[in-house]
Amino acid sequence: MIAILGITEKNDFFASMTIYGTAILSLSLLIGLSAGRLLGALLGVDADIGGVGIAMILLIFSTDYMKRTGRLKISTESGISFWGTIYVPVVVAMSASQNVRGALSGGVMASLAGALGVAVCFGLVALFVRLGRGKEKEGS
Amino acid sequence: MLLPVEKVLTSYSLVTAFAIVGVTMWISYTLSERVTQGRVHGSAIAILIGLILAYFGGLLTAGKQGIADVPMLSGMGLMGGAMLRDLAIVATAFGVRMEELREGGLMGVLSLFTGIFVSFAMGGAVAYAFGYRDAVSITTIGGGAATYIVGPVTGAGLGASSEVVALSVAAGLVKAILVMTLTPFLAKFMGLNNPRAAMIFGGLMGTNSGVMAGLAATDPKLVPYGAMTATFYTGLGCLLGPSFVFLIVKLIVPA
Repeated sequence: MIAILGITEKNDFFASMTIYGTAILSLSLLIGLSAGRLLGALLGVDADIGGVGIAMILLIFSTDYMKRTGRLKISTESGISFWGTIYVPVVVAMSASQNVRGALSGGVMASLAGALGVAVCFGLVALFVRLGRGKEKEGS
Repeated sequence: MLLPVEKVLTSYSLVTAFAIVGVTMWISYTLSERVTQGRVHGSAIAILIGLILAYFGGLLTAGKQGIADVPMLSGMGLMGGAMLRDLAIVATAFGVRMEELREGGLMGVLSLFTGIFVSFAMGGAVAYAFGYRDAVSITTIGGGAATYIVGPVTGAGLGASSEVVALSVAAGLVKAILVMTLTPFLAKFMGLNNPRAAMIFGGLMGTNSGVMAGLAATDPKLVPYGAMTATFYTGLGCLLGPSFVFLIVKLIVPA
């Protein structure tokens, strides 16, 4: 409630625009990816290590800070949340641009090499998820 | 007659992609509701349709980008490419609570390393079973079983033959597609219904596209958690593959 009152007290002239949200999101991604690349370079690989993850943490912290100081207006928020809601369609477009033919043309060995690891990892997820729960119960 | 339409669709390819994906989503969610009574998630059906389209796109054009190699549909590649995909996935983190990430953190890290080593081991074992006896090929194909990026990066680092690199890419693609399609059906078995489980899943599976699509088809709320761990997987795999894993493989298979 106090935060909401705080918003109305402030000058709203330029405080709220959808593009602000999208810009915060974009900056988080750009900084995160650069940090991921830097981390990779420091470890001697030409790959991004955790760029998207770093970007997510940046976004969580920056939006949380803005929320607490009453700077996160509804239209700013919508500039971020729109991209979150478009996520599933983006993934559908991604699946439609996968090299499915390439996967199927790899032959028995490639299919088996991929499938065996997946099968074992599915089992391990089930195991790890239950392990975590067991520990939690012991602790409480 | 068709030419002007074709020209518009091609030069406004991203807009075309928005329209086509929108229609695909609508068809999928209708099928989900009417045919499967909601048992199969609409996004799971949409992703399956996407993969089938990708297969026919590959057959038609002999390209590597599925349906996006058809000029009119090249916008699918942009819409589903790394740029918009990463922007959208980071946006899903909006509203995530830091505590939930911290709670799943330790298991997430453990899952990451386990997932990478298990994939290398399984892929390598299959390569060995099919007659590969040199550490370079075994490690490269093992890397492919991690992700289709780890395989070629490892292969390039170690100087693997192009035939082996191609096999490792194919193995990684098979993995991604299996994770995309099977995850919603195995979600119950895995207990994949909370943020911590999603972080474990992301760490063990690691294949970005597979994890992202698999979770989207299971429960979109879990996406940011799985993505958080999976995002470290490929980079760590590229780091460990040509170094640590290769040394271990060399100890086991002296050649």
